[in-house]
Amino acid sequence: MADATTTTRTYAERGAPANAAVANPDPRTIAGGPVAAPAGEIATSPKEADVRTVDGQLRIFTEQLKLANEGLAPEDRRNFCDHPPEVIKPFRGTWEKFLNWARSESLWILGFGTGCGAIELRPLMTARFDMYRYGIQPRPTPRQSGVFVIGGYASVKTMKRIVRSYEQMQGPKFVVALGSCTINGGMYWDSYNTINRLDHYIPVDVYIAGCMPRPESLLAGFVRLKEMIRAGECEGANRYAENFEWYKTNQKRIIKNWNMPDYNW
Amino acid sequence: MTTNRVAETPREIHDVFKDLHRRFGVRGLEKRRADQAYLRADRDEVIPLLTHLQAVHGYGHLAFFTAVDRIEEGVFELLYMVHNYELRHDLGIIAEIPREGDGCTMETIHRLWPAALTYQRELREMFGIAFPDCPRVDEDFALEGWDDLPPMRRDFDTREYSERVYYARPGRVTKETRKHMKENLYPSEAETW
Repeated sequence: MADATTTTRTYAERGAPANAAVANPDPRTIAGGPVAAPAGEIATSPKEADVRTVDGQLRIFTEQLKLANEGLAPEDRRNFCDHPPEVIKPFRGTWEKFLNWARSESLWILGFGTGCGAIELRPLMTARFDMYRYGIQPRPTPRQSGVFVIGGYASVKTMKRIVRSYEQMQGPKFVVALGSCTINGGMYWDSYNTINRLDHYIPVDVYIAGCMPRPESLLAGFVRLKEMIRAGECEGANRYAENFEWYKTNQKRIIKNWNMPDYNW
Repeated sequence: MTTNRVAETPREIHDVFKDLHRRFGVRGLEKRRADQAYLRADRDEVIPLLTHLQAVHGYGHLAFFTAVDRIEEGVFELLYMVHNYELRHDLGIIAEIPREGDGCTMETIHRLWPAALTYQRELREMFGIAFPDCPRVDEDFALEGWDDLPPMRRDFDTREYSERVYYARPGRVTKETRKHMKENLYPSEAETW
């Protein structure tokens, strides 16, 4: 109605959108971060911080180690945890090696086809490729799964669901990104609606290149993932906890209607 | 190309055209196939025209409803494609509305076809066309929380937006396909191209 008409008129007059200059508040975390943090920004008092902006929420996080959960309605906020994720250090020695062996032999993938590449997961289940012989099987919910297979391009709308699902999975959790789209955007690299680099939003363990990769490539990727797990190299969940602010900044920069908890157990 | 296609436009459809020309200020009849035609109408006449087509002439099915951005002429072309099951005929009604300002608005047709509501939500989101009185038209369709220029407008630069918002991975090169194949894949066949 009147609202829609107003939108039609104002966007032409508006310049760059408000999200154009969201800074990375913690450039220490990952080298080559997108934007350098302006000096003195983090030193502002949290009381003055506007919790409605990404910067303000991250300031609260940095200084009080609490999640603002500002996207939720006030009555919903108490239903969700306000603690950020913690790093769980691996055990030392033989025990961790045994655990890693066990983890690598039972990869339960989340049955969530996020893009066109998910079509390659079906042949994997059939007798011809038979992923069950590698100890891989699909599970219906994030909380039961250990491996998240991102099936190709991820639109912003899907990215929101990917973040929620990833956070609900129990650690240690692994991410296999298949297809060129997750690496550099693939054929959708200049699209207004698909992300270019998945590793800016969730940690990725194994990339499988191709548009789209054949089931054989997927199996090779899973074999590589198993080797990496056994070598103790798949610490994605801990990387996510360590660089939580950086991941959250990147996520909130593209997911504009953030109406979910800041961390979703 | 279907084999059972009608070879010529049947007489009943010519009667429909005649009737429309008599009652409404339609123009520009374009028969693209024997079973598909397009008509242009003024924006004020579109709703009576569609109502008449649906109620009298049996065009009871809205196949799709979309827009084309003709930025050079400063207009959006709205295309209502309706289908008649008995005559097996598609009729596209084209209307023009201005792209900018208060005129970028159209009357809703959700009372004729409830499914049009979804098309109108999409047009509102992707082109910024307003549909007053249409329920739920302001809800998000495919984009959630979009705050830039509607992306299907041709003055929206999708590549610039992508480079600004999504982090481009450095080192991406694009090869000219034909040249690359000539040099690397099929050098022996290159002279035959």
